[in-house]
Amino acid sequence: MISQRRSVIFIVAFWVILLTAKNVLAQAPVKVGTKLFTESVIIGDITQQLLIEDGVEVEFYKQLGGTRILWNALLSGDIDIYPDYTGTIIEEMLGGGEFKTITELNQKLEEFGLQATQSLGFNNTYALGMVKTKANKLGLESISDLRAHPQLNYGFSNEFINRADGWAGIQQNYRLATTSVTGLDHDLAYRGLQGGSIDVIDLYSTDAEIDYYKLKVLKDDLQFFPDYQAVILYRKELETTHPNAVKILKRLEGKISEEEMVAMNAAVKIDGRADVEVASAFIQEAFGVQTEFTTSTLWSRFITNTLGHLYLVGISLGLAILFAIPLGIIAAKIPAIEKSVLSFVGVLQTIPSLALLVFMIPLLGIGAVPAMAALFLYSLLPIVRNTHSGIKNISTPLIESAQALGLPNSVILKKIELPLALPTILAGIKTSAVINVGTATLGALIGAGGYGQPILTGIRLDSMSLILEGAIPAAVLALLVQGLFDLVEKRFVVRG
Amino acid sequence: MISLQNINKSYNGKGVLHGVSLKIPKAKTVSLIGPSGCGKSTLLRIAMGLIHQDSGTVHIDGSELTSQNMLETRRKMGYVVQKGGLFPHLTARENCTLVTQYLNWDSERIEARIQELASLVKIEIGELDRLPNNLSGGQQQRISLIRALMLDPEIIVLDEPLGSIDPLVRYELQADLKYIFISLKKTVLLVTHDLGEAAYLGDEIVLMKEGNVVQRGSIQEIVKQPANSFVERFVNAQRSPLMEFD
Repeated sequence: MISQRRSVIFIVAFWVILLTAKNVLAQAPVKVGTKLFTESVIIGDITQQLLIEDGVEVEFYKQLGGTRILWNALLSGDIDIYPDYTGTIIEEMLGGGEFKTITELNQKLEEFGLQATQSLGFNNTYALGMVKTKANKLGLESISDLRAHPQLNYGFSNEFINRADGWAGIQQNYRLATTSVTGLDHDLAYRGLQGGSIDVIDLYSTDAEIDYYKLKVLKDDLQFFPDYQAVILYRKELETTHPNAVKILKRLEGKISEEEMVAMNAAVKIDGRADVEVASAFIQEAFGVQTEFTTSTLWSRFITNTLGHLYLVGISLGLAILFAIPLGIIAAKIPAIEKSVLSFVGVLQTIPSLALLVFMIPLLGIGAVPAMAALFLYSLLPIVRNTHSGIKNISTPLIESAQALGLPNSVILKKIELPLALPTILAGIKTSAVINVGTATLGALIGAGGYGQPILTGIRLDSMSLILEGAIPAAVLALLVQGLFDLVEKRFVVRG
Repeated sequence: MISLQNINKSYNGKGVLHGVSLKIPKAKTVSLIGPSGCGKSTLLRIAMGLIHQDSGTVHIDGSELTSQNMLETRRKMGYVVQKGGLFPHLTARENCTLVTQYLNWDSERIEARIQELASLVKIEIGELDRLPNNLSGGQQQRISLIRALMLDPEIIVLDEPLGSIDPLVRYELQADLKYIFISLKKTVLLVTHDLGEAAYLGDEIVLMKEGNVVQRGSIQEIVKQPANSFVERFVNAQRSPLMEFD
């Protein structure tokens, strides 16, 4: 009894420490985030290196997520800075509106406690593109020309499909027939285009691949796409808390031309140079400053990712075990709440893991804490269910024999029921652990680190070796966990 | 010693026991017998407090069985079920010492008691370190008997204890049980479906049918003066090996 109470206190204390630690630490450094694609990462790198060069302490959330996640993280203060584009901010986040200049836009942004720098110097607009030979064969020059070819297959990034300034708007404005549209990752779209499974994709005009894959950019003849001037968004409070940081952001205004951006994108995506190195080279050229950066080795990344992954899995699974076993016991012992407990954890399991992760952001922000919370909830069901059924399935004569001895229920639970249910409970923990190891790779989407990190970067850079750098250890870890539990089972469940 | 008064019990609206009363005098053995579903096992488990009756009272040793005195009262009663009800994850010895350890007996006292009972129920002391699944059915019942007798209870309650034991071993065990009941002067409630066993072990036989006691008496009374045609049929349904040659 005492040890049970102690474990409950421990869990509560643990959560409190975790949450306060997060908030206390959040005060000091400037937090920079980037979106998932290379250009955003490079601009993030440049910003981060310049800030560090100036002595500003920086927490860097590389490839944190899509526009919505970053915008919300900025609003909530989980991050202070991230690069974005005027068109995206206006159409997607502010729901449209006429803003002639960025200064006008900033008046609106001030209502949200945000500010944007002036344009960094280039316009990265959306565009539609096709393989040049195919476009020429069909005589396609502009988006309007697509109207005559409804048989073409479209493959768009998921964000583009749903955006007002994306496919929905194009289709309406250009009166295009509804044709086959597939949603896929932008970096994978080029592969589909090359393979011939899709014909038309959305492009960013600074994409390095346009040249590399010999693509034709279809002319936006109705001028549907707004301006997408690159800017850096930041929380207005930085002007008072970190004035020097804002000064540095402003130094970047007008400094990056479209050609320079395309070249940097190509250096990373086509030539395979490290993004931090490309960013540093740009700073050297544009500002004459030598910045420090560290390129990671395979081994150092492996260590960091492994530790990150074990951290996510270990804590979430540990807490899940501490919570789920008592919950399973309660469900087995108290018929009045049996159904509600089981359906509650059952419903948790039906929430798609990605959605569960995103639900955590408004509650717990970004990073490892919300990821662990989601993994914790996700790990409950197999353990609760197996604890419950392990106890329920003990035969009545055995339980009655124990009761007939005149032993109190707590002793029966400890000496008879839990040991007899142990194999089933262990099987539940094993299932949870294996699911947890796999699902934890998604944590990288909200900045939690782990093996998902190289997978995300690998998708961005279209690099199979980077993807495998995350996928293989994740699979091996799942197998190791399974093997470990098999050993534990053999050792503890050999009797009877 | 055991006194059940006016016990009613139903499951999901279906009556299983209809106002059954039963007294078992001190140091006597009563055999409860009847066809499957007659309520004999339910009555026995109500006497142990394992099932709660809808109405009626249970008195053990003069005091009413309540949730307050349940644990204490159960320790005054030894319980043996079909196939022993031994805990498969514990050795035979651990099965037997579970309750004495809970009661903080010192280890010498426990060991002395185990030795004493092992010789009483005729089991090799070495067998006690095995897991139940590695013991024969007869051995399991002997271990179960040690477990039931550990606290030297005055009452022993047995639910078809020899139901799944082969005939030769059963024959031996019946004799051993009878010796133990009589020599230790135990008050015994035995549920069985075998009239021969009921007659051999019981001072009295209580015959039940569909939740009611049909007849109570010695085996002679039941055989010679059956209360009704059901009792007569029940008695005649017992096959003797020699009958086939009559």
